[in-house]
Amino acid sequence: MLLLSHTLAGVILVALTAYVLLGGADFGGGIWDLLADGPRKTRQRELIAHAIGPVWEANHVWVILAMVLLFTCFPRAFARIAIALHVPLTLMLIGIVLRGSAFVFQIYGGGGGQGRGGRVFAIASLVTPVLLGICVGTVASGTIGAVVGIPGETFYALYVAPWLTSFSVAVGLLTLTCFAYLAAVYLTLETRDPELQADFRLRAIVSGVWVLMMAGLALALAPHRHIADHRLAVLMGLAALTAFWALWQRRYRVARMAAAGQVALILWGWGVAQSPYLLPPGLTIAGAAAPRSTLELVLIALAVGAIVLFPSLYYLFKVFKARTGLSVS
Amino acid sequence: MSDVLAARSQMAVSLAFHIIFAIIGIAMPVLMVIAERRWQRTRDPVYLDLAKRWARGTAILFAVGAVSGTVLSFELGLLWPHFMELAGPLIGLPFSLEGFAFFTEAIFLGVYLYGWDKVSPRAHLTAGILVAVSGALSGIFVVIANAWMNTPTGYVIVDGVMRSVDPIAAMLTPAAFPQALHMTLAAYAATGLGVAGIHALLLLRNRTSAFNRAALAIGLLVGAPAAILQPISGDIAARYVARRQPVKLAAMESVYKTQAGAPLKVLPGVEIPYALSLLAFHDPKAVVQGLDSVPRDEWPNVGLVHFSFNVMVALGTFMAFVSVWAGWLALRKRDLASRRRFLWALVIAAPCGFIATEAGWMVTELGRQPWTIYRILKTADAVTPMPGLIVPFLAITLLYCALGAIVGWLLYRQISRSPQT
Repeated sequence: MLLLSHTLAGVILVALTAYVLLGGADFGGGIWDLLADGPRKTRQRELIAHAIGPVWEANHVWVILAMVLLFTCFPRAFARIAIALHVPLTLMLIGIVLRGSAFVFQIYGGGGGQGRGGRVFAIASLVTPVLLGICVGTVASGTIGAVVGIPGETFYALYVAPWLTSFSVAVGLLTLTCFAYLAAVYLTLETRDPELQADFRLRAIVSGVWVLMMAGLALALAPHRHIADHRLAVLMGLAALTAFWALWQRRYRVARMAAAGQVALILWGWGVAQSPYLLPPGLTIAGAAAPRSTLELVLIALAVGAIVLFPSLYYLFKVFKARTGLSVS
Repeated sequence: MSDVLAARSQMAVSLAFHIIFAIIGIAMPVLMVIAERRWQRTRDPVYLDLAKRWARGTAILFAVGAVSGTVLSFELGLLWPHFMELAGPLIGLPFSLEGFAFFTEAIFLGVYLYGWDKVSPRAHLTAGILVAVSGALSGIFVVIANAWMNTPTGYVIVDGVMRSVDPIAAMLTPAAFPQALHMTLAAYAATGLGVAGIHALLLLRNRTSAFNRAALAIGLLVGAPAAILQPISGDIAARYVARRQPVKLAAMESVYKTQAGAPLKVLPGVEIPYALSLLAFHDPKAVVQGLDSVPRDEWPNVGLVHFSFNVMVALGTFMAFVSVWAGWLALRKRDLASRRRFLWALVIAAPCGFIATEAGWMVTELGRQPWTIYRILKTADAVTPMPGLIVPFLAITLLYCALGAIVGWLLYRQISRSPQT
């Protein structure tokens, strides 16, 4: 039972990681759309739209998968999160709706990148990652694992104060900078134009520095010590150094690997540190788990689903990202 | 407005908005694939133009469907955390499978929309077929989860807690087959006749347009068979409701007193004797349970359920009639595109499938009230403890009104720009 529930918690973290590395970079594209600047402003925006277009919907499904697995396998934790984080999750949903629809209106509505649709796309891309990060930060901080719904408390105390903490906001900003960083690094490989590559190389280096600063800020504001696993934090630092070195040397494929590894290690550092708790400090993974019959069937469904999913994803990225060297060949 | 009512209203708005995009997302890929297949066979450029234009429209509608579906999956927990805590382990399996079906759909839609010049014609057509198949499957999985709320199975309640949880038995819940069949046919009927109706309107202006003729034919090919089969699946669904959810049936037909040989109320004051017993149980003398069989506080909103049911049946009947007309004209090798009266009937039928789908969901959701899980969990007990739910309700409503207006305007612009030759 322990092994089964921990395996599924791991799968949820994998799905969340995939969402951050793939979907997160699509949000990051929106941030660079907002910050497009200089003589190549229009070309930057075109490159971003071109890179996101075919893949963003598939990338978006990872967050739905993580969500579904959470309520199927850990219904108690899901219910607590849904009650305590109602406000930021609803705001995040509005952001997701505005980002996705504004992007597709911009592409297919023929309005061009600078229209009002482009503005909405870009601003929603800025706000949504912060809210996602705030939710993750709140879970890590332990403010909702402790108590839920004490009668007599004010609305603010029950539904705002748990997530509106300096630590959660710092994690929100860390998420935002991570998404921007990933997008900039990936975009260096989406074009052969050396000028555009140089634009995004510079953006990658600058946002990479921001990621480290925000990670440091979040650690400094952490309410307890079990925020990040130390061994994984060391590995994360090595990946960050590799990424900076590769960006400096213009070895973009190495930079992409290292940057993705760096961001994944931030997530896993958090996950490993709070294990065996799902909602620290009270609710453990095993304690929140659904009945064994459910967990077993979900694991089987995941195995069958993976047989369909991974070849399909491989094909998608091979067709559209072959030029960027993401395919194995 | 009470918090429960606000939560129910938000759920209703979210579902009513999403279902339009969901059914178009299920059926449009079938139309696109047929057009592309005809282009590959005949090399008639009209079909390629059609497939590409439909793909552009589908891209917009699919994206809005994807994000509004995400909203629903979160809202299940945000608004009804106690429901999800109880039901998650039972209905999570179809939702997980839906996740993978949706993945496949999104992946191959990306290939279809952006891959015209990047993959071989055969691979492109296959991608379209995979979108159509996985779209239908994801719809079916979600409907199965809803069906479980109507006929919950796969557990034993011991001391108020669900034990012996069996998600497979939950997936095989009795309502699953009739609901999934009815909903899938609805998607094809509404979208197919919707497309046919739009192009019928354009043909009324210019009946020589090869583009609109081709579009009309494909729309009818998908929509008409589904619309003709829909009354049969409706009969299957109604008979299951009569057995498993007698209170819902009583509300649908506004039967207040339990009676044998129940008549069917067609219009106010017009009744067909024995017809309801005959329809619901295939036996003119069968006993139909009335609303009086349960306490007053367990009645759904009878007026609204009855009205919605009648709207659905009337519109569905009209769509089946127009579809039979189309089949009859086609069998006699008549030119459908030059029959003005038939084209006008199609124009009227175009929105009917969407309205009927909304009405059908009103029947199944309102008809189950006051229960979220039938006879297990009341809606008032499922709602989140957070007060002030009117605020997210208004926010989501405003958001969807704005989105709906933009989508409508974009589609209008695209359709009005379609070739008229």
